[in-house]
Amino acid sequence: MEYLIGIQGPDFVLVAADNVAANSILQMKHDADKMFKLSEKILLLCVGEAGDTAQFAEYIQKNVQLYKMRNGYELSPSAAANFTRKNLADYLRSRTPYHVNLLLAGYDDTDGPGLYYMDYLSALAKAPFAAHGYGLRKRFILNLPSFTVRVIDKEGIHDLETLTSGPK
Amino acid sequence: MALQDLCKLQEVLVDRLSAGCSSEPFGTTTGCNYVSGSPFSDAGMFHFYIPAAEYLEESPIRFGQIRPVRSVGAASSPDSPALSWPPGLPLASSHCVPLPFPMAHGTTTLAFLFQGGVMVAADTRSSCSGLVACPASQKILPIHSHLVGTTSGTSADCALWKRILARELRLYQLRHGRRVSTSGAAKLLARMLHPFKGTELCVGATLCGWDGGAAGGGRDPGKNPSSVSGASLCYVCSDGTRLQGALFSVGSGSPYAYSILDQGVKWGLTVDQATAVAREAVYRATHRDAYSGNCVDVYRVSSEGWTRRTREDLKEEYYREEERRGRPSE
Repeated sequence: MEYLIGIQGPDFVLVAADNVAANSILQMKHDADKMFKLSEKILLLCVGEAGDTAQFAEYIQKNVQLYKMRNGYELSPSAAANFTRKNLADYLRSRTPYHVNLLLAGYDDTDGPGLYYMDYLSALAKAPFAAHGYGLRKRFILNLPSFTVRVIDKEGIHDLETLTSGPK
Repeated sequence: MALQDLCKLQEVLVDRLSAGCSSEPFGTTTGCNYVSGSPFSDAGMFHFYIPAAEYLEESPIRFGQIRPVRSVGAASSPDSPALSWPPGLPLASSHCVPLPFPMAHGTTTLAFLFQGGVMVAADTRSSCSGLVACPASQKILPIHSHLVGTTSGTSADCALWKRILARELRLYQLRHGRRVSTSGAAKLLARMLHPFKGTELCVGATLCGWDGGAAGGGRDPGKNPSSVSGASLCYVCSDGTRLQGALFSVGSGSPYAYSILDQGVKWGLTVDQATAVAREAVYRATHRDAYSGNCVDVYRVSSEGWTRRTREDLKEEYYREEERRGRPSE
């Protein structure tokens, strides 16, 4: 059970993701980072099927970086989100669809902060707040132990304190 | 070249000039798919053989597909940057095919980092749906002098892919004069297994190695003490998972092994203490898991390479413990 959340503020986007990499019922890793840095001001948060998440997110990450190398400037968050959606849609009806749910958060120098919600059927929606999974602490039967939190503003991406749910 | 015929591997990023002559005839012009639009025409940076997904269609032994395959998925993306993964299959016509015989699964393997390098241990039982096919199999396969891999899942698949990985790493070393890092080898293995996702191929490997040079090891310098040493541990699974970490246990006996490892493994263990913890973890797992048992293999990877401890029969350990406890009824 994985969890992503994003909240867009007036001049920032706040995102958090859980830290568990699981294999059926066992936690293989307690400090997995599910956020992929696409550029100085864009983060891609990716959860879903085991291998697909890292493979797809790294593919997008490398292609965004390639764009910058070729053209000399970075993709805007909106362009990156649409590029990601197009790739997800192209693979959807192929032999190897990617089962991933994404949040793309970024800060554009002209348009300001932006948060984009994408699911595995490659639906794309720009939203002021969005989440994937269940992150409730009091009501949910499972408890995710810790969360990585980052904020993106006009200065770039900043790490905030990791949230942990108490002792143990 | 036997492996190449078996899997019809083809070279990624082949030079345009040699695209025609170097690859064997595969029936279709699969060799060209990678090259179209590639910006690196003759740099020849990486020469890795990656299985072409088309192989799954041509094989006489139809792989058992566990996911129903949808037809007609030409996922060519003309507007995406050219340096991308191979396009999806043009026509997927295979349907679910049962496997010809039950494959071997079930094992306990584990590996962890500590100050003396990487400690790796595994049991030696190969089971095949309730039959112990081999009580003395080898589940820790050395790949090169400073890298070993544990195998879990289907023994045949693991053995084959380890050999292929060893070949690719050796070729890289000969061409470029340096060894691939452990996480690089893991990435290569993960990418080679990716076309088989959705089939019955089952490989769960932990690559445990020592990366040479000053800047080897961990991704989190400052957080992870192993960034100073070159010890590195990476878990790769045929479903595409690739995780770098400090402690992994894989297989049907892994929950039992985790219970011992989670309380016993610390960075500062001596070699003897770490060996004892690893042995104990495998012993406990073999005690409770039906598909693990017989003997235990313990390896250690350090800056001098891998060393192996004599294989030990756990039956003796069981009787020793019975004696120590004064034979309680169990």
